[in-house]
Amino acid sequence: MAKLILSLEGSVIREVPLDKERVTIGRKPQNDIQIENLAVSGEHARVVTILKDSFLEDLGSTNGTLVNGNPVTKHILQNSDVIEIGKYKLKYVVDATSVQPGPQAPAEDMEKTMIVRGPVGARTAVPPPGAAAPAAAVPAAATPSAAALQILNGPGAGRELAITKNLTTLGKPGVQVAVITRRPQGYFIAHVEGKAFPIVNGKTLDAQAHPLNDHDVVELGGVKMEFFYKAK
Amino acid sequence: MNLASLLEIATATHPGMVRSHNEDSIAADADVGLAVLADGMGGYNAGEVASGIAVTLVSSEIKKALAGKRPEELNGRSLELLIGEQAARANTAIYEAAQREPQYSGMGTTLVVALWHDNHLIVGHIGDSRLYRLRADTLEQVTRDHSLLQEQIDSGMITREQARYSPNKNLVTRAVGIEPQVEAEVHSHAVQAGDIYLLCSDGLPDMVTDEEIELTLSSLKANLPLAAEQLVQQANDNGGRDNVSVILVRVRGEFPARAGWLRKIKSWF
Repeated sequence: MAKLILSLEGSVIREVPLDKERVTIGRKPQNDIQIENLAVSGEHARVVTILKDSFLEDLGSTNGTLVNGNPVTKHILQNSDVIEIGKYKLKYVVDATSVQPGPQAPAEDMEKTMIVRGPVGARTAVPPPGAAAPAAAVPAAATPSAAALQILNGPGAGRELAITKNLTTLGKPGVQVAVITRRPQGYFIAHVEGKAFPIVNGKTLDAQAHPLNDHDVVELGGVKMEFFYKAK
Repeated sequence: MNLASLLEIATATHPGMVRSHNEDSIAADADVGLAVLADGMGGYNAGEVASGIAVTLVSSEIKKALAGKRPEELNGRSLELLIGEQAARANTAIYEAAQREPQYSGMGTTLVVALWHDNHLIVGHIGDSRLYRLRADTLEQVTRDHSLLQEQIDSGMITREQARYSPNKNLVTRAVGIEPQVEAEVHSHAVQAGDIYLLCSDGLPDMVTDEEIELTLSSLKANLPLAAEQLVQQANDNGGRDNVSVILVRVRGEFPARAGWLRKIKSWF
């Protein structure tokens, strides 16, 4: 179970376990964590805990709530976040018994779809077996170093086209289109539409994606372009 | 009416980079205008069993119900009810199998069913498998997940941005086969020629942002099979922590149930 450690100027006042769904913080006596200080609003903030997650909400306080030095209105608490209300600090600590598995823990059981029975937040919400899952962001794929195409012939000769997206299409829709995909392992070219297929270093491609190497020459609808890495 | 000439369908499914097996099941039929996708859950191979039952049962029963019927004999409301009924039947079948066989205990599945009829798309879903629509190069999520996260977003507890970093993305609040009864959420949407629809398991949106999905579909829409492969590849390139399945459906033209006078005259020749 997670807890909040309340302290003032470095000395710990008390520990508050987050053992119920709502824990309120404020100056008025009905708050779960009462802080008698004029800088603290009557109903200042609350922490809502669902399963293994705790969310901090500022309740429209006069002097605001900081987390790790930044003002917040709503915030998903992460282990060792420091909440500041006036001169008081509340450190959010996830207990060792429920501490999140490290990144080396197998992702196997964490991404599996699981059912929560019944109305959420009431009755029997079933937490996933085997502790909380690590905070999983949509990971940004590792991107290879920057690359570009330079047009070698025709009216646009010399023009450079930087490849800045994961997908870059080339050609005329309805006539001939190819796509360059940026993947963690490098750049690839594939045919999208049209009767003619792209040509790389004089060789016509088939339907398969083809890896692009530094200084490969791509030909599409008579236009030749050199593919190259910008930075080594 | 046979929709095969008006709908183009491409599918792709992959176990991902971490899982040993694929618990997703998919089925699509351009003739009938039907696409079904399910993402199973449960130990050992129970997840596959649950999603397999759901997809097989729902698609074969809907096809059976539509067989031999002319489009004008059907109406949108009756098709909405049909989808709801078949989802309920799949629920009973999976729930009973799970009660009967100890190795299937606790199995369940998400479900998304899409049926194209009379210039409309009727979509039913349970859980966090999704249906998106690309129209005029803009992607829109059509279904709303039955998930803890969605409820947290709806109640204003967290923002969509914060939701990305939530550890409990994978908790669904509604699933097929877990409880004795379940209700599918069924809606009908107007379709336009040129629309591209995407049905997917959560393995796609968990790994690939909506912006990237939009970019992929709008850049590669001329080549639907390539777009499907590309989406799966992007999910895997980003870690592929879950099974990922996609069904892409392009609407080539309008498909009104009642033929206009011009078409009737044409059909005489």
